[in-house]
Amino acid sequence: MMDFTDDQLQRYSRHIILPEVGGKGQAKIAGAKVFIVGAGGLGCPVGYYLTAAGVGTIALVDNDSVEMSNLQRQIAHSVNTIGMPKVESAKRTFEALNPDVRVIAMQRRLSKDDILDLIRDYDVVVDGSDNFPTRYLVNDACVMAGKPLVSGAILRFEGQVTTIVPHDGPCYRCLFEEPPPAGLVPSCQEAGVLGVLPGVIGALQATEVLKLILGKGEVLKGELLIYNALKTEFRKVKVPRNPSCPLCGEHRTITELVDYNEGYCSMP
Amino acid sequence: MEEIAADKRINIKGFVCPYTFVKAKLAIESLEVGQVLEILLDSEEASRNIPKSMEDHGQKMLKNEKINDTDWILVVRKERE
Ligand SMILES: [Zn+2]
Repeated sequence: MMDFTDDQLQRYSRHIILPEVGGKGQAKIAGAKVFIVGAGGLGCPVGYYLTAAGVGTIALVDNDSVEMSNLQRQIAHSVNTIGMPKVESAKRTFEALNPDVRVIAMQRRLSKDDILDLIRDYDVVVDGSDNFPTRYLVNDACVMAGKPLVSGAILRFEGQVTTIVPHDGPCYRCLFEEPPPAGLVPSCQEAGVLGVLPGVIGALQATEVLKLILGKGEVLKGELLIYNALKTEFRKVKVPRNPSCPLCGEHRTITELVDYNEGYCSMP
Repeated sequence: MEEIAADKRINIKGFVCPYTFVKAKLAIESLEVGQVLEILLDSEEASRNIPKSMEDHGQKMLKNEKINDTDWILVVRKERE
C-alpha cells in the first residue's frame, strides 16, 4: 500500500474516505498516466481537476500559445502567460496546484507518424481538441493501440462527451465514418462558445478518466452524453457498435493512420 | 469482559475529524477480511463518528470503550474490502 505523507493525507482525505476510492484507489490515481490532447477550453479543466485529484503523470499536447481571447474559457491560463506556449502555461498552473503531479508539456502538433509512440506509455487518452483531423487521428490511434479515450466536444451552447473503450464499445468512426468536408463545419470563431461550457464538459471528461482509473462505476461506453446549456438539459443517446465500421468493424479498411487536410477551425 | 486479540493497533491521539477516520480507514484497508483493528484515540467526536462510519462501510464494531478521562479504545473487525 502507498505510504501517504501528512500533506497527502490531508490533500486526498475526501477521496480516501469514499468507499469507492480509499487508500488503494488513491494509490491507483497516483500511479496513473493520462495523455491530454489540447490545452484549451477542455484540456484546461480536465488537466486542472486531474491534477487536483493527484493523477501521477499528465501529458499535455498543444501547439498554440496563449492569447487574450482564450481567457474567457481556458482557465489554466492568465494575463501573465499571454504569448507563452499553452502547455507551459498550464504546466505552471497545475504544478502550483499540486506538486505531486508530474506534468509533461509537449508543444507540438500530433501527427500520424508520432502519435502511437507518444501515447504508448499512457493509461487513458483525453481528446480536448477542437478540430476533426485531430479528433479522427486520436480516435484511430487509440483504437489501434487499445487505449481508452474520453472524447469531448463543444460548440456554442452545446457539448458532448463519450468514452471509447476500443473493441468493447463503439469508436468515433462507428458514428461518423469520415470527417465532414472542410467548410461544412462552422469554425468556432464564427460560431462562438459560452465560456463556462467547456468547464462542464471538461469536468465530465475528468470524471470519466477517474472512473476508468479506479475501475468503479459506469463510463459512457456506447453512449453519447449531450449537454444543452441554454435549456440546462442532459440527454444520453445510445450508440451501438457498427459492424461495418472501417476501423473497428468486421472488415477493417483503415489499417494505417491518416492525417486529414487542415482547413477546419484550429482555434482551441 | 472478553479480550479480543488485535491484528493491528493504531494510536491516533491528537488527530481530529476527518483525519481520525482517514487514518482508521487506511489501517482497515491494510488488513485482511476477518482481522481486527484496535484504535486508541482522544477525540470525543471521533469516538462517535468512527464507529458510525465504519459500520456505514460494512465493517463490524466490536468494542467502543472510554478507558480514562481523555482516551477511548475502539475495536473493529474487517468484514469486507
Ligand atoms: Zn468503430
